[in-house]
Amino acid sequence: MSVLVIAEHEHGQLKPETAKVVNAAVAIGGDVEVLVAGHNVADVANSAALIAGVNKVRVADSAAFEHQLAENTADLIVELASSYSHILASASTTGKNTLPRVSALLDKSQVSEIVGVVDADTFKRPIYAGNAIATVKSNESQKVITVRASAFDAQVEQGACEVENLSLSMDNALSAFVSVEQTESERPELNAAPVVISGGRGMQNGENFALLNGIADKLGAAIGASRAAVDAGFVPNDMQVGQTGKIVAPDLYIAVGISGAIQHLAGMKDSKVIVAINKDPDAPIFQVADYGLVADLFDVLPELEAAL
Amino acid sequence: MKVLVPIKRVIDYNVKARVKPDNSDVDLTNVKMAMNPFCEIAVEEAIRLKEAGTASEVIAVSIGDKACQEQLRTALALGADRAIHIETDAKLESLHVAKLLAKLVEQEQPELVILGKQSIDSDNNQTGQMLAALTKRSQGTFASKVVIEAGKAQVTREVDGGLQTVSLTLPAIVTTDLRLNEPRYASLPNIMKAKRKPLDVIAADSLGVDLAPRIELVKVEEPAKREAGVIVESVEELVTKLKTEAKVIS
Repeated sequence: MSVLVIAEHEHGQLKPETAKVVNAAVAIGGDVEVLVAGHNVADVANSAALIAGVNKVRVADSAAFEHQLAENTADLIVELASSYSHILASASTTGKNTLPRVSALLDKSQVSEIVGVVDADTFKRPIYAGNAIATVKSNESQKVITVRASAFDAQVEQGACEVENLSLSMDNALSAFVSVEQTESERPELNAAPVVISGGRGMQNGENFALLNGIADKLGAAIGASRAAVDAGFVPNDMQVGQTGKIVAPDLYIAVGISGAIQHLAGMKDSKVIVAINKDPDAPIFQVADYGLVADLFDVLPELEAAL
Repeated sequence: MKVLVPIKRVIDYNVKARVKPDNSDVDLTNVKMAMNPFCEIAVEEAIRLKEAGTASEVIAVSIGDKACQEQLRTALALGADRAIHIETDAKLESLHVAKLLAKLVEQEQPELVILGKQSIDSDNNQTGQMLAALTKRSQGTFASKVVIEAGKAQVTREVDGGLQTVSLTLPAIVTTDLRLNEPRYASLPNIMKAKRKPLDVIAADSLGVDLAPRIELVKVEEPAKREAGVIVESVEELVTKLKTEAKVIS
C-alpha cells in the first residue's frame, strides 16, 4: 500500500499544509510519497523531502505545471496513480480544484475534507457546515481524498529522503492562465497562524480594520473576517473565515463584532480558545466562546492593544 | 449559446441540522428545504448571460425525488426557459451526479454548464470538477467573475491568497463562488408563469449510469460540544485569563 500526497506550494515555497497532509497519510499507513508539480520547484521538493514519514519525493518540473491548472495537474496525477492505494491533497483551493477531476478520471468516488483517519478505508468528515460529523467507509480500490489540514498536526522534520525527477509534461488546449492578483500581507497566513483576530459587520467599515493591526502585530496574529465584512467590502474575500471561506483552528481566535452565524462557526469552532468581543450579549458567538466580553469594540480594541 | 444549470434541493441554510438519535444520518423530516445558495448564484449568472444576449437558452436540471421539482419551478420563475428533472430515490454521490449530468450534457450539448461550487449539506465541492473531467471540458471553479467572448470564457477564480484569472475554451464548466452575483427574487407573476414552462422528467435508470453506492455512511454524530465559557468584565481580566488560565498568550 502506498499513499501519494500532492504537495501544496506557492512562489517556490512549500506550504505548511503539506506536512499536515503527510500526517494524515502516515495515519493511513504504508509508504508515503509526495508529488511536487510545478515550475522551478527544486526548493519545494527539497523541503518536502525533510518531512518525517515521507519515503520519496517525485518532482514534475515543467512550464506546463507553473500555475497548477487543474486540467494539466489532474492528467499528471492520473498518469502516476496506478502505484498508489490513496491519493491525498490539502483541501485548499488548489486541492479542491484538482482532486475531484482526478477522481472522476479514475472513476472513483472522492472523500472530501477529512478531519480524522479511522483506518485505511474509513474517515471522519464534517457535513452540514460542521453541524454533524460523518464517518464514511470508502469501498473504492483507490481512495482519492482531500484533507482539512487544520485538523492534523504538522509532521516534524527528518533527514532528507530520495528526490526523483520525472520528465513528464501535460499540456492541454482547454485552459490557460491569464493573471493573478495577490492580496499583499506581511502577516502569517490565515490557515497556519497560531492566533487569528477577525472582524465582522460590527467593524462598520474597512478603515476600522486598522484597529486590529496593532493587536495582530503584538500577538503575531493573522487577520480574518466574517462573510458580512467581506460582502460589505470592508476587506478582500481571501480573509473570509467560514464554510465558504477558510477553515482555521488556531490556538487563539478572537472574534470582534461577529455575531456567530452557522457559516462562520463552521470555519473556526475547532480553535483551541475562542474569545468574543461583542456588544450584543445574545450574540450566538458567546455560546462557543471560552471568554466573552460584552462591550463596544471601539472602546475595547485600543484598551486591548495597550494591555498586551 | 445554450447554458445548463444543475441545481440541488438542500436543507435551508438558516436551519441548524440535527443528528438522528440512532446516529444513522441527519434528520430531514419536517425541515425547511430550499435551493442550495451556490446554485441560486449559478441560476442568476445564467439568466444574466441571457439578458446580455450571450445565452440563448437556460436549462435548469435537478436530480432527486419528486420534491426537487419545487426548486426547478423556482429556477423557472427566476428566468430559466425549461427544466429537466432526473428522477431517482437513490442516495447519490457526487460522482453519480456528475455521470448523470454528463449524459445530459451529451444530449443537450450546452456550451456552458454553471454549477454551485458546493452544496451546503454534503459540503463535497466535487460535482463541477468531476463533470468537467467526464465531459473532457475545461473547468473554472470558484468563479467570482465570468466574461464570455470570442469562444472563450474568462473566469476570475477565488483562490487562497487572492484572485486568479483563467481563459477557458468553450464548451466549459464553471462553478460559482458567493461573490459572483447577488441572486434576484422571483416575482409573483413570474412564479405564476413558471407553472406553464416545460418541465421534462427523465428516469435516472434510463440513462444507463451505475448508481450503486461506493461510499458507505457508517454513522453521523454531533460534533464535540464546546464547554460553556465565561463572561469577563474588563479587558484587563480578559488579558489576565488568556495569560494565566488559557496560556495562549505570553
